[in-house]
Amino acid sequence: MTDIAPGLIPADARNAAREVRKRKLQAFLFVTPLLVFVIFAFVAPITTMLYRSIHNPTVANLIPDTLVALGDWSGEEIPDDTVLIQFAADMKRMANDRTSGQLADEINRALPGMSSVVKSTARSLRRVDDTEIATNGAALLIEANDRWADPATWSAVKAAGQAYSTSYYLTSVDLERGPDGNIVQRDTQIYVKLYTKTLRMALIITVLTILLGYPLAFYMAHASDSMANFLMVFVLLPFWTSLLVRTTAWIALLQTNGVVNSTLLAIGITDQPLELLYTQFSTILAMTHILLPFMVLPLYAVMRGIDQSYMRAAMSMGSKPLGAWYKIYLPMSLPGLSAGALLVFIISVGYYITPALVGGTDGQMISNIIAFHMQQSNNWELAAALGSLLLVLILVLYWLFDRFVGTDNIKLG
Amino acid sequence: MKDLGSETFLRFDDVKKSYDQKNLVVKGFNMDVRDGEFITLLGPSGSGKTTVLMMLAGFESVTSGDIAIAGKSINRTAPYKRNIGMVFQNYALFPHMTVAENLAYPLTVRKMPKAQIKDRVAEYLKLVELSDFGDRRPGQLSGGQRQRVALARAMIFEPTLILMDEPLGALDKNLREQMQFEITRLHKQLGFTVIYVTHDQTEALSMSSRIAVFNDGVVQQCAPPAELYERPSNAFVAGFIGENNFVPGKVTAIQGNTVQVQTDGGTVVAQLAEGLSEGGPCQVSIRPEKLFIHPTTHAYDNALTVRFNTRIYVGDFIRYYFKLPDGTDIIVKVLNDLSAPEFDDGAEAQLLWLASDCIAFPAG
Repeated sequence: MTDIAPGLIPADARNAAREVRKRKLQAFLFVTPLLVFVIFAFVAPITTMLYRSIHNPTVANLIPDTLVALGDWSGEEIPDDTVLIQFAADMKRMANDRTSGQLADEINRALPGMSSVVKSTARSLRRVDDTEIATNGAALLIEANDRWADPATWSAVKAAGQAYSTSYYLTSVDLERGPDGNIVQRDTQIYVKLYTKTLRMALIITVLTILLGYPLAFYMAHASDSMANFLMVFVLLPFWTSLLVRTTAWIALLQTNGVVNSTLLAIGITDQPLELLYTQFSTILAMTHILLPFMVLPLYAVMRGIDQSYMRAAMSMGSKPLGAWYKIYLPMSLPGLSAGALLVFIISVGYYITPALVGGTDGQMISNIIAFHMQQSNNWELAAALGSLLLVLILVLYWLFDRFVGTDNIKLG
Repeated sequence: MKDLGSETFLRFDDVKKSYDQKNLVVKGFNMDVRDGEFITLLGPSGSGKTTVLMMLAGFESVTSGDIAIAGKSINRTAPYKRNIGMVFQNYALFPHMTVAENLAYPLTVRKMPKAQIKDRVAEYLKLVELSDFGDRRPGQLSGGQRQRVALARAMIFEPTLILMDEPLGALDKNLREQMQFEITRLHKQLGFTVIYVTHDQTEALSMSSRIAVFNDGVVQQCAPPAELYERPSNAFVAGFIGENNFVPGKVTAIQGNTVQVQTDGGTVVAQLAEGLSEGGPCQVSIRPEKLFIHPTTHAYDNALTVRFNTRIYVGDFIRYYFKLPDGTDIIVKVLNDLSAPEFDDGAEAQLLWLASDCIAFPAG
């Protein structure tokens, strides 16, 4: 029991407590709509994505009995006939349900080349009599395709049949589980390189926006109101035009017979058109342009609040302009710089549309591969794993930023 | 206190400033400042006083004319080479540094050895009575404390000249008086030269060796406080410094240093100001505290019949508002003692004063 000040009777304390409860309830009611929205539109999808990246029940649902029978298979030779017979029966059922295609896709991911094996086997087993399968299923299966006699095939089936697996995460960092269960490097190294490239490009874009945005924001913050407003229109102009239009404008400028190339040719700087579009260069260029306002706005807002007198004071005390900027102005504008850099970096790490339109193959970023796995290869689990990894990466970077710069050093205005 | 040097330390020679190539903000400013003087630039906002200060500090360029320190022109000297201390209205203390780091900044820039910096910072913190506050950030200090840190920071590198741009503007009345005392004390103790900008005349009168009254880009008068108050050289200064009554009239005769003026309430004798001509319109200025209400034991030369309007009880004195026949307001300040008279509304009264206490200026 805490001490009660003299003169405060229990009834007073109760009244005060009721008042506090009422305030808390009011505050909660104000945020409830947003809370509900965030749970439905953000927390739930993210959780589903995280779950999906480790959970894939497709194969387990298609051939549950075969997988049970495969449970105590040693893995070194062909499984028992009971397994093969059970699988043959499952294949026939799937051939008639028209679900064998799904199985083909899933097993093909575990062992490339299996798609056609599964499909042709399903076709040949479709019209076979049930009793025939029950007695002679194993032979029929191997007759349909001799790869069913290969233990590696059955390893693939068993691996694909696991409802919960970390294999998508392993794939997203270019690793896989070898036949003996050890984690080894995959033959094709794609994703680590892509993550590194994405981070490098995001970093370059962030640095470029700082180099372009800082002086501009500095000038705007100390210019007259009318001048600042005039320049602000130019900063915001990219915001007001559609993203697609801006990106298309870059295509018009940079393509082989575009404005830039024809100008360069006309004034004789080059004698053949430069490869400008569909490169990393064009992605970085277009994204720097698009993301510049995200750097300028927080910088401008913070710099507006820094009175001229700080720099003047530093100079009156004998500091040269550059030294005064470094010691006084930079630390004071750091909250805006941090906010801008963080915004630009995080947005560009997950950017999709611009690299997709002007990036070609060279300028693709991680989001484009995620989109590819969702739309073309239909490998949602891998897409989820790649996306989750991206999320973790950004959280780690944010944590590092907090450690070294401090999140209280972020200010948007 | 250091003796005021007889030589000119700082000289403004016909300094002009225009921002827009059309209008002059400062229209030919001349002034000689001796070493150790406390000069105040006083004037309404927009009168050009801050511009003069900024040109002196080097943050604004000089359009024409010359500013010289110790005989050398500083027109082309970069601000950071001028060795001028400055106190800003918002103090401009660096918020990301502690008080001690703020004070150390000008010394660090000058590459003074660390141990020496530490001693000097401690010395100046003691000087402004903030010895225990070295580790605080400016945000954790009160307004008066920030002001003292700003002062210490402007003095710590021992500049010969310190500029102050309305340094007390953000403080409340009590603190302001305390800081006026503080600034005067430091000025006497350390003997630096001060150029002080303010629009608060009380501040100017109580601290300065000389005051330059600005209006519309021109110095109206530059004189020690007492002279400015007692002998204003024109109607603007008379009206701007302290309170003043202006009685309109017509010059009837000029005799030596005095002038006879015909007003609505009768003929009065006043001191002569420049620019008066016989028969021309003029206004006679009289301070409210120099007027006495009949009957009085004070000597007087002039008398004016007026009507009582109202009186306001201020505390240590009472303000009486009278009206001249032509409607001009006349204010009289009377000490709050037994002699303070009571009047009925509209009652007639006689105001008395000495000819030497009033000046006739040409009507503007």
